[in-house]
Amino acid sequence: MNATYRHRRRVERLMFGATAGATVATLGVLVFLLGYIAWQGATSLSWSFFTALPAPVGEAGGGMANAIVGSAKLLLTAALVGIPVGFLGGVYLAEYGRGSLASCVRYAADVLNGIPSIVIGITVYALVVIPIGHFSTLAGGVALGVMMVPVALRSTEEFLRLVPDSLREAALALGAPRWVTIVRVVIPAASRGITTGLLLSLARVAGETAPLLFTALNNRFWSPGWLQPTASLPVMIFTYAIAPYEDWHRQAWAAGLVLLALVLGTNVLARFLLRSGAVRSA
Amino acid sequence: MIAIAGTIAIVLLRRSALARAAFGWSFLWTSTWDPVALRFGALPFIYGTLATTAIAIAIALPLGLGAAVCLAELMPRRLADPLTFLIELLVAVPSVIYGLVGVFVLVPAIRSLEQAVGPVLGSIPLFAGPAYGVGLLAAGILLAVMVVPFIVSVSREVLLAVPQTQRDAALALGATRWETVRDVVVPYARSGILGSVFLALARALGETMAVTMVIGNRPEIAASLFAPAYTMAAVLANEFTEATDEVYLAALVEIALVLFAITLAINALARLLIASVRAAPGAQRP
Amino acid sequence: MLDPALTRVRPSAAAADVPVKIAVRELVVHYGATCALEAVSLDVPAHRVTALIGPSGCGKSTFLRCLNRMNDHIPGARVGGQVTIDGDPIYGPEVDPVALRRRIGMVFQKSNPFPKSVFDNVAFGPRVHGERDPVRLSEITERTLRQAALWDEVKDRLDRSALELSGGQQQRLCIARALAVEPEVVLMDEPASALDPIATAKIEELIHELKSAYTIVIVTHNMQQAARVSDLTAYFYLGRLIEFGPTERVFTNPTRPETEDYITGRFG
Repeated sequence: MNATYRHRRRVERLMFGATAGATVATLGVLVFLLGYIAWQGATSLSWSFFTALPAPVGEAGGGMANAIVGSAKLLLTAALVGIPVGFLGGVYLAEYGRGSLASCVRYAADVLNGIPSIVIGITVYALVVIPIGHFSTLAGGVALGVMMVPVALRSTEEFLRLVPDSLREAALALGAPRWVTIVRVVIPAASRGITTGLLLSLARVAGETAPLLFTALNNRFWSPGWLQPTASLPVMIFTYAIAPYEDWHRQAWAAGLVLLALVLGTNVLARFLLRSGAVRSA
Repeated sequence: MIAIAGTIAIVLLRRSALARAAFGWSFLWTSTWDPVALRFGALPFIYGTLATTAIAIAIALPLGLGAAVCLAELMPRRLADPLTFLIELLVAVPSVIYGLVGVFVLVPAIRSLEQAVGPVLGSIPLFAGPAYGVGLLAAGILLAVMVVPFIVSVSREVLLAVPQTQRDAALALGATRWETVRDVVVPYARSGILGSVFLALARALGETMAVTMVIGNRPEIAASLFAPAYTMAAVLANEFTEATDEVYLAALVEIALVLFAITLAINALARLLIASVRAAPGAQRP
Repeated sequence: MLDPALTRVRPSAAAADVPVKIAVRELVVHYGATCALEAVSLDVPAHRVTALIGPSGCGKSTFLRCLNRMNDHIPGARVGGQVTIDGDPIYGPEVDPVALRRRIGMVFQKSNPFPKSVFDNVAFGPRVHGERDPVRLSEITERTLRQAALWDEVKDRLDRSALELSGGQQQRLCIARALAVEPEVVLMDEPASALDPIATAKIEELIHELKSAYTIVIVTHNMQQAARVSDLTAYFYLGRLIEFGPTERVFTNPTRPETEDYITGRFG
């Protein structure tokens, strides 16, 4: 009798030990990833990385100033495309969304969320690049913006839903029309949550590479205006990493560190902002 | 919103029309990929995508479920919550960064592994072939790392949602805590966990950059884990801008269409499963 | 404030020739900084039904959960004192709670069948303890379902989900499930409080039939139920055992004024 209990206890200790091991392994990967990139990137980072243009192929030196600016322009465009659609869609779903149309929209957002980014890139290629005739920042921005929409929409809707109905009822009871209630009461109450949600959606697309491959392409020089191909951090990382030049590898690490710091930093910042309350009630 | 989703579908259909006309349904099971002779078949890419995804899930599921059990059942909340947050951060890491680490850390490591294992296990087809480093195994492992956080996060959530009374009942009958988890808690949360696997699946299927950087870019079907291969997303990334011929381009777009269709189906299944857990926790069939 | 000296209760209240199944001495329970039970001493006699009554929060459920060490799973719970079953200690580093819970089973307030078939619910306990033979498992299942007066209602649907049963049937299923591991003691925490009067009556009848084979300790907030069903009654108040004695005497002739106040309904 006692032997079976001891055996069952041993099995329990073994299996729970295994699960602890799995946890350690998963966390270990994260720690290793961050640490390795920090180490490799920090040793390659220099002032010229931020200020210089890429050197001619085969020559050492140079930086990624154009990629940094390019990424910024792409994100700006993406925000202009994605935020209005996502935000307004979220408002619609939260405030007016009952019934089958709303469910359809929600479903479509989930579908869009799941589409591989490269497929979106191809579609934007067909719709924007071909008519214009060449690759452009605009096309890249549109592709990223499209990817932002479902994330922005979902988070806006969720945060608006968190606002208690009592606030809405109070405003309506005072005689305010529906849209005024939404604009002057509900949205401000959820503003912190919505802002962080939009920030997160921006951070998500900041690291995307695939959709840019056929829209913004790449550029070894500055890209004036919005209708020329442009360099971007993620694409540069990709290009440099698979190339045979040692110097390029080092620069890829540096760029990786910068990109990772930006993306993870935004994520952690957003979580902390949310922790102190996403919605102001009363 | 709906307009966007619909537009994508239409564009893909139109642009692939040439290829679909030329090859018909056999596109899906032909394995030649010859841009010069303009004969195309998607099979090597479908194989590569499915194989890497299968490897990824095989690694990520036990790892992720194990970690979820530990975080939900064993650790106190004060410790488990921040750790879960850290694991969820892995989701935010851009794919190209995974690729970076993959190229410079994982591939050399696997190459050494292959060189060590080759002489011993080389006769088994699963481990045959020269030690390139890049290939199915590298891509599979990298994908596993990328999708494990999905499985951990969602599984932990559904495990925490299992009512305490279920655990109490099992413990009062004399089960150990492990037996309670294995025979009561996990089965109760079965559909939610399955849903998380489907989510991970969907992410793995469409993953482009990291895989492209370590897959080896060879459109051939081989049984070995060490063989270089090619996935649907990777071939699009590499060859789309090189495609000069109309038919070539259309064939690539058709691959994009197939990818689109598959991820659509898997995502729908995933949402259904997770929704069924949230909707009716007490009314599950055994 | 009640004077501790006045509230010391004689632990053994049943007739002298009835053996003591579970002996509790100076049991103390803390949840974090709060004291939930203070120096409770009590003898639970074998093959009798002992009822624990008292207002909400008086500690009766806490006491019950001490008997099968379910309080072990509440973080921050600390237990002191001594509890023995047939003279064997329940607490202590060499005691395996898993083995203990085979001897002392529990039925909960809200029925909690597993989302499995009726058969798998009842067979769960024996399987976990190592029983694999399907013939034996069928035997055990039929026997305990009969004991729980549920066999006729489920014998044709053993493979169907337990969740399809009504509330009363589910609770009887939980009783059968608890009996399947062949315990010596069955603890019941307000087993009928979530049920309608007809289902409640069935459960009470069941308790009456079971006591010849098992020792039963039942927590109830329903005094009429305690009066109907139990042989002995213990009255708890604010974490202390106030009175313990044969049910008839406690209800018709309580020795302590606090007991009388509760029974006559002067407070909740």
